[in-house]
Amino acid sequence: MKPFITHTGLVLPFDRVNVDTDQMVPKQFLKALTREGFGRILFYDWRYLAGEKPNPEFILNFPEYKGASLLLTRANFGCGSSREHAPWAIGDYGFRVILAPSYADIFYNNCFKNGILPAILKDSDIDQLFKRAEADRSYTLSVDLPNQSITDNKSLTLTFEIAPSRKEVLLKGLDDIGTSLQHVGAIDAYEKAHAATATMYAPVDVKNYS
Amino acid sequence: MTAKTLYEKIWNNHLVYEEPGKPSLLYIDRHLIHEGTSPQAFSGLRAEGRKVRRPDLTFAVMDHSVPTKDRTLPIIDQDAKAQFDALEKNCKESGVRLFDMNSKNQGIVHIIGPELGITQPGQTIVCGDSHTSTHGAFGTLAFGIGTSEVEHVLATQCLVQGESKTLHILVHGKRPKGVTAKDIILAIIGKIGIGGGTGHVAEYGGQAIRELSMDGRMTVCNMTIEGGARAGMVAPDETTFAYLEGRPFVPRGKEFQDAVERWKLLTTDDGAKFDMTVELQAENIAPQVTWGTNPGVVTGVTDRVPDPGSFANPDDQKATERALHYMGLKAGTPIVDIPVDRVFIGSCTNSRLDDLRAAAHLVAGKHVAKNIKQALIVPGSRGIKAAAEKEGLDRIFSEAGFEWRDAGCSMCIGMNADVLPPHERSASTSNRNFEGRQGRDSRTHLVSPVMAAAAAIAGHFVDVREFAVTEVE
Ligand code: SF4
Repeated sequence: MKPFITHTGLVLPFDRVNVDTDQMVPKQFLKALTREGFGRILFYDWRYLAGEKPNPEFILNFPEYKGASLLLTRANFGCGSSREHAPWAIGDYGFRVILAPSYADIFYNNCFKNGILPAILKDSDIDQLFKRAEADRSYTLSVDLPNQSITDNKSLTLTFEIAPSRKEVLLKGLDDIGTSLQHVGAIDAYEKAHAATATMYAPVDVKNYS
Repeated sequence: MTAKTLYEKIWNNHLVYEEPGKPSLLYIDRHLIHEGTSPQAFSGLRAEGRKVRRPDLTFAVMDHSVPTKDRTLPIIDQDAKAQFDALEKNCKESGVRLFDMNSKNQGIVHIIGPELGITQPGQTIVCGDSHTSTHGAFGTLAFGIGTSEVEHVLATQCLVQGESKTLHILVHGKRPKGVTAKDIILAIIGKIGIGGGTGHVAEYGGQAIRELSMDGRMTVCNMTIEGGARAGMVAPDETTFAYLEGRPFVPRGKEFQDAVERWKLLTTDDGAKFDMTVELQAENIAPQVTWGTNPGVVTGVTDRVPDPGSFANPDDQKATERALHYMGLKAGTPIVDIPVDRVFIGSCTNSRLDDLRAAAHLVAGKHVAKNIKQALIVPGSRGIKAAAEKEGLDRIFSEAGFEWRDAGCSMCIGMNADVLPPHERSASTSNRNFEGRQGRDSRTHLVSPVMAAAAAIAGHFVDVREFAVTEVE
């Protein structure tokens, strides 16, 4: 995974609460076999009219927000389905940072597997960012992960929350599986210690269970 | 020794490796996979030259996109077929047991785990699916994960996890007639909100929960995620043990007795502390109906569609306006005046035998209303389907004008042909009413199986308590 250290980009203010992952990637796109190419269908039902005509009223289609890479939004972002297709779509579209007061647990987790920074900001800071971004449609922000700070070019500086271990994953672009496999000795030992009570009971007529 | 919650006990039992200030490595006892969220995990493994560590602890099933009509016909949806083929190939190559769509044990992943006894108390269970919380009904720690985590579990049989906060949800008193497990959980979500449980693992208790059957407890735990908590659990008791005894993957004889003795220890100690507690009185819960576009916007069947202006928070006002517009509803409309186009009784929330029995009992000798375009009964598994047919439930439903289908996720998510058409309104026993969930521009109202059955008969929502009491449960 590509490490995340700093990022500067255009902010897209997306003023909705409780945006669920069904909206990010509707079910008809869950039949893919790969992780690629989901950017095109991000927010599909909101973004496209019949015949895949871009909906001119939907903010992702506003020409001035082309190339936006910071998604400013409201509470409980990413609730609902665990589909990792949601952060795949967000990342593939070009967003590297999400700014919100809170996230749903599974979505939040999934972001870190995909090099996306879901920054947690105070409600009042989010309000303030919405005010600025809505007043200036070319509003850009710089995010500095090591310092957990966000700045604009008008001397606004805010801080955001992130657990140290999560921060490290992004900074180093760590591969979770590789890291965990360093503890394979501990996994072996665990399995050995619990073997007596963790037996997998196969049915007597096991042939009937396939 | 300090008093511990059930969650803390299971957590401690599964710690493989911990380091201060970092998430821990947690052992996973059962890993369930389905066609929708696993193909990329297997490709990831392959790309890194990694193997499935414990194929014997991994179980696969086809459920999300399977047809619920004739399965001897070829699959027309080529994308769905490619996923089925990929799952079959991945399972064969790695030695994972697969219940394919023609297996007599096939069904929705969260239905067959418990049904076959794969799910047992005290375990950790994960699946690339948020409703994995269902399995918590057995006193297991079960939660949904993303596809990268599926890959992680396949490779290591472990998960990197930080400890959650704990939430105690107590439902005191006796559940009134006509009020079901579904109404209890909808009322809970209505109270705490869809983000209310974020960061927490919930444990349910109180008389109304204890008196639920395993089917009912699974309904409650299933929708825990709709309140933001990733996992919900009920401590195992005699109801749990009686359910499990004799199921295919459960130990037998003396080993079962030994297991029960271990399972009995899986309770929250007296005096253990929860980070948050929520209490409800079962007597005050009416049959519930959602009116908006998330499961937390719910009200009693005797109420009305709320006015956006009645919410204090401007974000809620805006969201309610949007929701009413999407749902095609006017503020102030009595819930019982909302007509229904289609009825769906199914999904991992409400497609178990208890659900089907209650619905069948209500519709026996009656017929669905003229304005109902379709009324679907989709059993959660082929096992449930067979058991229901043995009791003659299929006949009761068919005679009442319902379609009796094969097992799968079906109209809960509309990934197969069972889609709710644009602007049509459903009474659905599933768990999500998000925009487009059952089909683009479709309008979902979440209800219990008996409420859905009653709506099918009446053609609009109706207070199931008005039906003769014996017809309800
Ligand atoms: S029935 Fe619905 S909620 Fe349950 S696993 Fe299937 S799609 Fe998901």
